[in-house]
Amino acid sequence: MFLTRYFSEIAEAVGSLLKGMRMTGYYFTHHKEIITQQYPDNRATLVLPERFRGEVVMTHTENNEHRCTGCTACELACPNGTIKVVTKFEVNAEGKKKKAVDKFVYLLELCTMCNLCIEACPTDAIRMAQTFEHSVYDRSQLTRILNKPDSKLQEGVE
Amino acid sequence: MSDHNHIKLPEGSIGKTTTTLNLGPTHPATHGVFQNILELDGERIVKAEATVGYIHRAFEKIAERRPLYQITTLTDRLNYCSSPINNMGWHLTVEKMLGIKTPKRVDYLRVIVMELARITDHLICTSIVGVDAGAFTGFLYVMQYRELVYEIYEEICGARLTTNMGRVGGFERNFSAAAWEKLERFLKEYPKAQKELEALLVRNRIFYERTRGTGAISAERALNYGFTGPNLRATGVDYDVRVHEPYSSYEDFEFQIPVGTTGDNHDRFIVRTEEIWQSLSIIEQAYRKIQSFKGAEAEVYHADVPEYYLPAKEDVYTKMEALIWHFKIVMGETDIPPAEVYQAVEGGNGELGYYLISDGGRSPYRLHFRRPCFIYYQAYEEIVKGSMLSDAVITMSSLNLIAGEMDA
Repeated sequence: MFLTRYFSEIAEAVGSLLKGMRMTGYYFTHHKEIITQQYPDNRATLVLPERFRGEVVMTHTENNEHRCTGCTACELACPNGTIKVVTKFEVNAEGKKKKAVDKFVYLLELCTMCNLCIEACPTDAIRMAQTFEHSVYDRSQLTRILNKPDSKLQEGVE
Repeated sequence: MSDHNHIKLPEGSIGKTTTTLNLGPTHPATHGVFQNILELDGERIVKAEATVGYIHRAFEKIAERRPLYQITTLTDRLNYCSSPINNMGWHLTVEKMLGIKTPKRVDYLRVIVMELARITDHLICTSIVGVDAGAFTGFLYVMQYRELVYEIYEEICGARLTTNMGRVGGFERNFSAAAWEKLERFLKEYPKAQKELEALLVRNRIFYERTRGTGAISAERALNYGFTGPNLRATGVDYDVRVHEPYSSYEDFEFQIPVGTTGDNHDRFIVRTEEIWQSLSIIEQAYRKIQSFKGAEAEVYHADVPEYYLPAKEDVYTKMEALIWHFKIVMGETDIPPAEVYQAVEGGNGELGYYLISDGGRSPYRLHFRRPCFIYYQAYEEIVKGSMLSDAVITMSSLNLIAGEMDA
């Protein structure tokens, strides 16, 4: 009598332990269904949605050419004054003076990632990048100049 | 020793038998930045003083200097638990003013987004009521699905919390395949989690005792204060903007309005849980309706209004009119006709109204947000008077007071 109760209690304990560990066992065998993401260890495999709005970047071709004409549409569309487009006058091959972008200043600390500047750009010069790790030690690093040094306006964009 | 060296206590402070407690402005129980100055006799609240203004950002004033399309970013930050509803409400207001008719598919897409937002808002509220009553687990059960809804937002517009979704006239892009896939997954998997949450809290003896009869308000008092939404419906008044003044083709959908009887914390909780089920059914209906569109209609995601809706980028580069409209819209040069409109939507919390006056300029002459939370908070003083301190905390979360909406 005593022994049967003793063993049935052991069986019950093991059973309840297995019951409690059911989900753990399930996830042990179903790796793909685990919800917890091992950030930052999974940086290499992390997939963000295609439309994710991380920060404004300017697209450049391999020849260091961008598509920004300096029309300041993005500057006008920005609700927070995040973008400052500094323009200059360039003399082209025919000797004509032409407005071109000198510095495309982007203040990341003011940006709310609202996407209005991207929509406003008529030449698709800027886009939203899928980056999100924006923290820096010094605030001045958040002021960025988006057009790369010595970059030129792409041929055919005006 | 001269007289002024003695510390002078405020008059009557020695004989005082009550304690003054500052609940807020930053307190884990307030779920936001607002203050209650409570006068306590033991644990019983004798007097409550509600203070607002800690997160006032002067949105109404800022809006007076902005073109209409830039005001959407301000509406994100009203009720940040359901920002797509605020965005859509604003677009509907502008469309009403400009006289834009949106296609049915746009309306249904908006309904899907708005109902998803309502579910997330109610999720936060119902699970936080649980947390404040001491049941943390339910909160974790449903947060996984709130995350899934945020992923759907991410696929639609690119942001999670401050969405800035859509434009005047429709959406900026069509929903992506991934968004539909995630929506299907949500519709399939979410009911299970919701049932789990309900199994934890509904008919739970402890939760029932904690919420029943606390924080009650009568229908008459609620109407006098101007309550709307779930908090009014919990008192037994079946007022819902979606039914009484349908917007965005809500008249095409079959759904019920749950009502309570006593208007206490428990009724508010039950009304919100039932509304989640109704929202789920609305999303399913809208999804079926959208799937029934065929051919060119199935790709429509904005109204055909070149004056107010930004043209496609290829057109801007090749067509004269498109270029002109593009720059006119971006620079805010499209004049608004002088008008006065009020458009209300059923927000997560209640009737979220936009009162827009234009004198013919390029930005609103005056814009007022009718924010339901602000109204609920006025009644908070009356509701908690005489109750226990711990009940006051549950009342705060079951009224779903959200600081961003309280102070525009």
